[in-house]
Amino acid sequence: MSDQNPFPGENNTGHYWDGNLRELLNPIPKWWMIGFWISIAIFIGYTIWYPSWPLINTHFKGVAGWTAMNEYKEDMAKIEAIRAPYEESINKMSAAQILADDQLANYTVRSAKVLFGDKCAACHGTGGAGNPGYPVLADDDWLYGGTIEKIQETITIGRQGMMPAHGSRLSDQQISDLTKHVVALGQGSEDAAGKAVFMSAGCFACHGMDAKGNQMMGSANLTDGIYRFAPGGADSVKYTIAHGVNDASDAKSRNAVMPVFGKMLDENDIKKLAVYVYKLGGGQ
Amino acid sequence: MTGGIVNNLVNSAQSENIDDLYEEASHWHVNTGDETIHAKRLAGRFRTYKWLGHALYLLFFLGPYLRWEDSQAILYDIPGRKFHFFDLTILPQDVWILSLILMFFAILMVVVTAIVGRLWCGYFCFQTAWTDVFTWIEGKIEGDPAKRRKLDDAAWSSEKIRKRGIKHTLWLLISVLTGISFTAWFTDAYQLWSDLFTLDAAFMSWVTIGTFTAGTYVLAGFMREQVCLWLCPYARIQGVFYDRDTELPTYDFNRGEPRGKLRKGENTEGKGDCVACNQCVAVCPTGIDIRAGQQEGCITCGLCIDACDMVMDKVGKSRGLVRYASLDEIQGIDVPPVYKRPRIIASSALIMIAVFGIIYGLTHLGSLELKVLHERQPLFVQQSDGTIQNKYYFKMLNKTDKEMQVKITVDESINGLTMIGADKTIAVGSGDLRSHTIFVKVPNGFISAPRLPVIFHLSDASDPDTMVTYESMFFGPKH
Repeated sequence: MSDQNPFPGENNTGHYWDGNLRELLNPIPKWWMIGFWISIAIFIGYTIWYPSWPLINTHFKGVAGWTAMNEYKEDMAKIEAIRAPYEESINKMSAAQILADDQLANYTVRSAKVLFGDKCAACHGTGGAGNPGYPVLADDDWLYGGTIEKIQETITIGRQGMMPAHGSRLSDQQISDLTKHVVALGQGSEDAAGKAVFMSAGCFACHGMDAKGNQMMGSANLTDGIYRFAPGGADSVKYTIAHGVNDASDAKSRNAVMPVFGKMLDENDIKKLAVYVYKLGGGQ
Repeated sequence: MTGGIVNNLVNSAQSENIDDLYEEASHWHVNTGDETIHAKRLAGRFRTYKWLGHALYLLFFLGPYLRWEDSQAILYDIPGRKFHFFDLTILPQDVWILSLILMFFAILMVVVTAIVGRLWCGYFCFQTAWTDVFTWIEGKIEGDPAKRRKLDDAAWSSEKIRKRGIKHTLWLLISVLTGISFTAWFTDAYQLWSDLFTLDAAFMSWVTIGTFTAGTYVLAGFMREQVCLWLCPYARIQGVFYDRDTELPTYDFNRGEPRGKLRKGENTEGKGDCVACNQCVAVCPTGIDIRAGQQEGCITCGLCIDACDMVMDKVGKSRGLVRYASLDEIQGIDVPPVYKRPRIIASSALIMIAVFGIIYGLTHLGSLELKVLHERQPLFVQQSDGTIQNKYYFKMLNKTDKEMQVKITVDESINGLTMIGADKTIAVGSGDLRSHTIFVKVPNGFISAPRLPVIFHLSDASDPDTMVTYESMFFGPKH
């Protein structure tokens, strides 16, 4: 190295070795350096404006007071503001009135979808498709009635099915005759022997003379081929006749309970759910 | 084997004197913007072409003020998600046409570049055009390049402040006008002007105008050729579009070399035609020497051709020492005609596909659009009357600018098929996507397969010709 530059005017740093090996000076472009310093200035401004540096027990909050949670709340408030007029109408109107208003019914179905998923779909399946032991809600076969008021009532006060076990009251022959009759009813015909048992054992008291059920007491319509208890068919029917539904005296009795949602959900949510279920495909 | 190659490399490195390498390095000039390029302006053929190319940008400034039936003729309405082009309104659903238009221009650029180099860069690019206008203003106020360099170095005086003041004021004026014109394509132009004067314009308008003003002022006023050299991606990928047959401003080195200054009375025997006047360098807006061969700094604007032709005329030699020519042409190799070059044929075919796609799209925009989603949970439901019911979600889009009453119909492709929920017409607002639920019932006995086609139609109740059709599926139990 020498202080005397043997290659003057060559744009070198003045450092040279071994006579001719030297370091050329090619500085970074000025515009690039300007950009570099601007970036640093932005970085400093950013860390002052926004939460940034870790401190001992907390962190620097930033002068703007921005937090992700506040931003979330602001966004939620915006969404709530959009929903507010609809929610207000739902609050004021009955479920039947909501149904009559196309736009509001549309909103209700959309907003109740999440609610249905949280509260109902565990038993009734997504979209009310039903599950073994839990009724399909998308069809028009209703145990307790498919009007909007009845659906709302069912959600609010819950339901408990009731059918006595007949295993100890009827002979095996009677039960199999009755089974044949019930299966035949679903296919649009009858079984004479079974029909006799149907009358003598008092089945008609709940299921009706025409076996179409009674929505006042929640007894099933036996003539439509839609089975309350899966998988349907002779074995399933026979089991239900023998062990009944919710009969405490028979340990093998079928279980059919719809919980009371009146205490778990507020009235608006129940209205929304009623409209949603009504709109699934079987509302009457 | 490998050792041999390494030895060769070492030998060749050693055989060249290290000082020769330094000599060579001193000629490398990397233009990083430390020195402002003050290019000379000469009249000429390519100068005229360049102005004509730039003149297209008058459309950019004037376009937003065109009216069509009480609204802006060309308006890119971002909040409304609509693109208005005279009678056409294009909604996001038809945005695939835009991708074809982008494809068209992208491939057009490949083809054009393969044939005549960076035609876009040299004559049409906004960076080139705005820089050209800015330096033209600079020249009018501060004088020729020599005076400008002098003024750059001069100490601040009232004269310098006056000249610089006028120049920057004019630059800023053009920049602001550029910003406003750009913004005017996205919002009503006349309204924008009145909002700007009453300070009522939307926040986004101010931001956009500010960004484009600053961008224009900095990029065209200060960055200039640095944008082409270091920022612009297209400038850098051009190399792969070129081939040996691409016509570019080229220095005919066979004719020009060895170059030398022309001195009166000196014998020019054995010398080339280049008189080393450096006019080609003086006029170059990116500050390159075309005689060093094709390079990334060349935007192929042809101004060096004008300069060289002017000099050749003066010294009584034929024009074209620097001219549009391909590498093969200069080297005396036959150049195939454009239509026989495979790259051109393939790219042109792609361009035609894009063109037909765009034409098809624009002529088949339609006024209604229909999508039908089949409910999957449950796929089907048995009803107490023994029918099987399916549920469908209709998504109906009205692409016209008026509310439409639409009617849903279905083909009786399955015996006993009935549709529920379509007895009334449905109102769909302009540009609205309306959803509607439809049930279809078929008696169980008529269901011959687990999946049957079902065909829905949607039409404007007052104009049945607008019918659109959607084929969906009807699901039923297996028998």
